[in-house]
Amino acid sequence: MEQTKKRWDLKDTLVVLRLLVGWHFLYEGVIKLYNPDWTSFGYLASAQGPFESFFLWMSSESMIGIADWGNKIALIFVGLTLLLGVFERVGALVAIGLLALYYLAHPAFPWVTQLNVEGSYWFVNKNLIELVACILLFQMPTADRFGLKRLFNTKKEITKTELS
Amino acid sequence: MSWTRRDALKGLGGIPILGAVWWAGAANTVSKKKERAALLEQLNIQPSLPPAVPGIGGAPVRVGIIGFGIRGEQLCRSLGFATKEWIEDMKTAEAEAEAEGKKHTALKDFMAQEKLNVELVGICDIFDYRANKALASFNTEDNKMERFRTHQEMIRSGKVDAVIIATPDHWHAPMAIDALENNVHVYVEKPMTHTVEETYRLREAAQKSKAVLQVGHQHRQTLSFQTARDIMNKGTIGHVSLIQTNTNRNDDNGAWNYHIHEDASPQTIDWELFLGSAPKIPFNKNHFFRWRKWWAYGSGLSGDLLSHDYDRLNCVLEMGIPESVTTSGGIYTHRDGRNVPDVLQVNMEFPNFTTGSSQKAGKEKGMTFVYSATLGNGFSRPTILMGHDGTMELGNRLTIWPDGRSTRYAEMIEAEKMNPNIPIYQYNPTATVPDAVASATSQYFADKGLMWTYINGVRVDSTFLHMREWLSATRNGGKVSCGIKEGFEEAIASHMAGLAYKLGRRIDWDPELEILKPIEGIDFDQALLANPFESQSLLTST
Repeated sequence: MEQTKKRWDLKDTLVVLRLLVGWHFLYEGVIKLYNPDWTSFGYLASAQGPFESFFLWMSSESMIGIADWGNKIALIFVGLTLLLGVFERVGALVAIGLLALYYLAHPAFPWVTQLNVEGSYWFVNKNLIELVACILLFQMPTADRFGLKRLFNTKKEITKTELS
Repeated sequence: MSWTRRDALKGLGGIPILGAVWWAGAANTVSKKKERAALLEQLNIQPSLPPAVPGIGGAPVRVGIIGFGIRGEQLCRSLGFATKEWIEDMKTAEAEAEAEGKKHTALKDFMAQEKLNVELVGICDIFDYRANKALASFNTEDNKMERFRTHQEMIRSGKVDAVIIATPDHWHAPMAIDALENNVHVYVEKPMTHTVEETYRLREAAQKSKAVLQVGHQHRQTLSFQTARDIMNKGTIGHVSLIQTNTNRNDDNGAWNYHIHEDASPQTIDWELFLGSAPKIPFNKNHFFRWRKWWAYGSGLSGDLLSHDYDRLNCVLEMGIPESVTTSGGIYTHRDGRNVPDVLQVNMEFPNFTTGSSQKAGKEKGMTFVYSATLGNGFSRPTILMGHDGTMELGNRLTIWPDGRSTRYAEMIEAEKMNPNIPIYQYNPTATVPDAVASATSQYFADKGLMWTYINGVRVDSTFLHMREWLSATRNGGKVSCGIKEGFEEAIASHMAGLAYKLGRRIDWDPELEILKPIEGIDFDQALLANPFESQSLLTST
């Protein structure tokens, strides 16, 4: 029986990227879910940059509950979709939205005081990089390679092993 | 549809990862929460809630204000009366802040403040501009206000039930005594008195009077201080041997160089009345507006700011009057003609005081209270209580760290359930829950003043609470937070510090006789009021 050796390709790396991003989002969501004292108030109320007033409004008494729960649900949703490999493109879009909000609330602009940052950033920070990674995940879905989608996919990926 | 083993593996592979991440997140959060709950349970600290006082029923309390300077205006606002000028200024400031995308809530907070059942019926200020300013804003349809030339006229008019005294220090006691003797309620600013002798006379007047006296140490209303009391009563930080309090200021306003109003002249100011018991000197605007810089009218750092710090701790510990006080300092940052020091270090000794001990009985007793101040540097040094078992930082927020060599927490530190670098308790009166172990993040936001919540939707000012308590006591009886006992202790402690500085020697208190231990050849009040440069200036002028 002859078997063609399958090489580790781009799509495999994308699967790893998807799993890591999903892992990160899920953990952030679960931590918040199990901690009843957690609130996004501090992050929102100290927002800076061009959208400061929008984030301040989000931190207002009437909005903060929605903001907190919206964030928790969205984080866990992204985590589930990316880890399980189902609706991954929707998950990636939600992740892009969340990361854009995080970035804009505390943008790494040189004229804005950097609050609570563990590194040095000039326009580019980790939120922005993860955001671009999520665009990549949106453009190149991989759930048919690794994920629940593979089980429901009728058009199976043609793999060379099946030929033998 | 047929699935190969490979399909199943690749299709369902995400599920175990999901399970692991979820489990890790949940387990970590829950175990941290449990540890924190156990710690809080062991500490058993009860965060204080805003005090409830009975309402001010019946006809409105008729209040007169004596002294409508910077503090007088602030006190009126706490009472619910803001001048038109202030409201305009706040509107401008708000608009400016908004343009910069910042929050400015002073006016909003004032508007949201609970309305007290009071009328501001009298104003007494010897500077025409200030008296007219009060009348222009407060003499309205709903609130008739009248100007009185002297405090005696106001107190005897039968038109006021209560007076607020916000004058220079040398007028505090004479006015308060006069009001109390006429059964008019008194709210007097700190320091309660200007000399040792009048402190006793005011105490006697207060004890004899039917009226209620409150001294203006509004810090007593601060929730973190009331919580600190509970903590100290439980011996949480063990025997406190040293307390460090500070004043750190580095600007003209902080050094009492207030604005000199352009309308000021011998025609608009009753100079004789201002001087009162002070040495007779010709009209001097500098002395009138910046009176805190001279012993004749004020008391410098010892009476002005040490008095607050001493009272804050006396409120928490009830340590009373120190057995002895030594002081050093000088005029090092503002050599502008003032005669009160601008750098001051005060050591108060309490050799028989203890906050409780976790060690062998009798090993620990006695405490030093240090007050350290400069008007030439604004670096924030917090108030610190240093105990054998822990350290407390006391401000609007309150934080406790365990000590690495604590007896009480030895086991917990050994078991790494406590870490000397991590607070075991943090209390923020404005947050909804006490935080046992604060993360760097929440600590940061709290420091920035961003972690505010509001009591019933209103951010409450401590001076307002202090006045409300006083006004409620005038109607309903009951104790005030800073009455004559507390005021007496504060005044004596401040005067001891001032005297120790001026005489350059230790001042002792006799707790049996309740007097300063006499020093031969020294008249304490003369020393306290004396201008230290007088002899020098006499020499140079002759």
